[in-house]
Amino acid sequence: MGLRETEATGVVGWFDQRFPLLKVWNEHLAQYYAPKNFNFWYFFGSLAMMVLVIQIVTGIFLTMNYKPDAELAFASVEYIMRDVEWGWLLRYMHSTGASMFFVVIYLHMFRGLMYGSYRKPRELIWVFGMVLYLALMAEAFMGYLLPWGQMSYWGAQVIISLFGAVPYVGEEIALWIRGDFVIADATLNRFFAFHVIAVPLVLVMLVFLHIVALHAVGSNNPEGIEIKDGPKGNRWSDTAPTDGIPFHPYYSVKDIVGVIVFLMIFSAVMFFAPEMGGWFLEKDNFVPADPLKTPEHIVPLWYFTAFYAILRAVPDKFLGVVAMFGAIIMLFILPWLDRSDVKSIKYKGMISKAALAIFVVAFIALSWLGTQPATPVATMFARIFAVIYFAFFLLMPFYSKMDKTKPVPDRLPEPGQ
Amino acid sequence: MKKMMKKISVLLLLLPSFAMASGGGVHLDEAPIDLSDKESLKNGAKLFMNYCLSCHSAKFMRYKRMADDLGMSDQEVLDNLVFTGAKIHDTMDIAMPAEQAAKWFGTVPPDLSVISRARGDDWLYTYLRGFYVDPSRPMGVNNIVFQDVGMPHVLAGLQGNQQLKSDSVDMANGGAKTMESLVVDGSGSMSPAEYDKAVGDLVNFLAYVGEPVKAYRMTLGWYVLGFLLILLIPAYRLKKEYWKDVH
Repeated sequence: MGLRETEATGVVGWFDQRFPLLKVWNEHLAQYYAPKNFNFWYFFGSLAMMVLVIQIVTGIFLTMNYKPDAELAFASVEYIMRDVEWGWLLRYMHSTGASMFFVVIYLHMFRGLMYGSYRKPRELIWVFGMVLYLALMAEAFMGYLLPWGQMSYWGAQVIISLFGAVPYVGEEIALWIRGDFVIADATLNRFFAFHVIAVPLVLVMLVFLHIVALHAVGSNNPEGIEIKDGPKGNRWSDTAPTDGIPFHPYYSVKDIVGVIVFLMIFSAVMFFAPEMGGWFLEKDNFVPADPLKTPEHIVPLWYFTAFYAILRAVPDKFLGVVAMFGAIIMLFILPWLDRSDVKSIKYKGMISKAALAIFVVAFIALSWLGTQPATPVATMFARIFAVIYFAFFLLMPFYSKMDKTKPVPDRLPEPGQ
Repeated sequence: MKKMMKKISVLLLLLPSFAMASGGGVHLDEAPIDLSDKESLKNGAKLFMNYCLSCHSAKFMRYKRMADDLGMSDQEVLDNLVFTGAKIHDTMDIAMPAEQAAKWFGTVPPDLSVISRARGDDWLYTYLRGFYVDPSRPMGVNNIVFQDVGMPHVLAGLQGNQQLKSDSVDMANGGAKTMESLVVDGSGSMSPAEYDKAVGDLVNFLAYVGEPVKAYRMTLGWYVLGFLLILLIPAYRLKKEYWKDVH
């Protein structure tokens, strides 16, 4: 009859005869064997997915009341805040979610950096992740224009004018992106289209690819030991890695705990400090966009400021743009820069540990400097930290190779060791 | 390596110092904000309707919302606080055309719906107490936190006129420093303390108008956190139960 063979009966059986229901369930959850030693840092992958869902769901409801029109946009946001039932909650969930998305993603990326999750055979997972990160930045940038406040407007103006620095065709490109000579209604409309459908579609597809690639090669772990290379056979299967446990139920119940703790932090911000002292919602964005009045101090939101600081650190505008994009390209090629014999920071030597620590300091310092006015002293510091940022990547092939590593055991250590 | 770490930590310690250097501006007095103080909010509303809402609008704020949140009946609001002929469900709009306003004041008086969120409560509190006589300005007044502002001192009848006095103060180290202070001439109907209280109420009301849901949001926050905390207990126990057999 052409039906698929299945052990399942009843409703599940009916579906499984027509769709690989159990196969997908098993391959990705019930029989996906993850290393049993995941620590705190392994919460952020599932949290990132949850934040994506929060953003999509709240975004749908916001779209029902928001007006993508330069004349109406600002007022429609205040309308959502005051007159739409629970509109304020939707709006704050979405604005808090945007910043929390980056908090989670940065911690998720840092996990990868620490434990070498980008190393062979996981290079492609990392690259998909980086494309995701880029898409997320585009999503956040375009979303930030929509409230049509002063900082929305002038932030977008500054960033898009960067394209004008490209030789010969720059001004044409900037004009083409804006659809007008300045940020205007046309820009708002196209950014709205990208923000609510184009980029989210890309994000969802990339998350799918990211996870398919992950589940094909298996998860890394804090030890950087390949459990698939170890002995086989555990309580659930004779062929599964001995050091693996099924994702469901073990990590699903664990991630629920992570989700609840995360939601508590999320709620604390959302209910008690949705502006987060100006870091999540900037003061100037409560002033409607005014093309004739430039704010004193234009700053992108905190998650972009590291790259903004690098941009400003370079005296030449075009080279600054090149450096800024270069900073992101560094992350893309990371899997091929690390030449250490071991994956995890636990088995790496002092040089690699110090390099990572200094890199983190440099990234945070750059993020902070990007929010400050570009005084000569600030610029000097931004240059120092920008050089450190690039040195971390560009010198990695050398220092990771010569760094003394510790021997890596074949099996995951028993807990308590 | 240690040396390098040391250098970095020294650099990091320096960071705040140039942040301060870039700050500047006038010291802002802390506004007495208490969104639960209904009497203060009502008094602020009265001042707002009498002194602000002829040139400034609050076009995202509805009278009805205010009536409900401040515990006033619709009729009370219509009788005592609505001077524009608005209906109870209307927003706080004004009749002054923007073009005319721009001609009179040099700029259109901004809408005040979210002014407390744009400027901050402390800024508003200092600003409304910071007008001083300056004959060189078209309205005869200037302001310590908003240099050359186009707005006249509409509360002068309450506060009286203020003069900006500059005094040279001798420093302990032999140098001299110019101290600026504001001195009231006593021509207003309120004492300085009464005026501060009135402006405090007005700013409190503006803070309320900036985000009417704020008080409720904070209350709800505790319930949500409480719920999540309770939910955490079975979730954690479930995890422990499952993981008992994993080594």
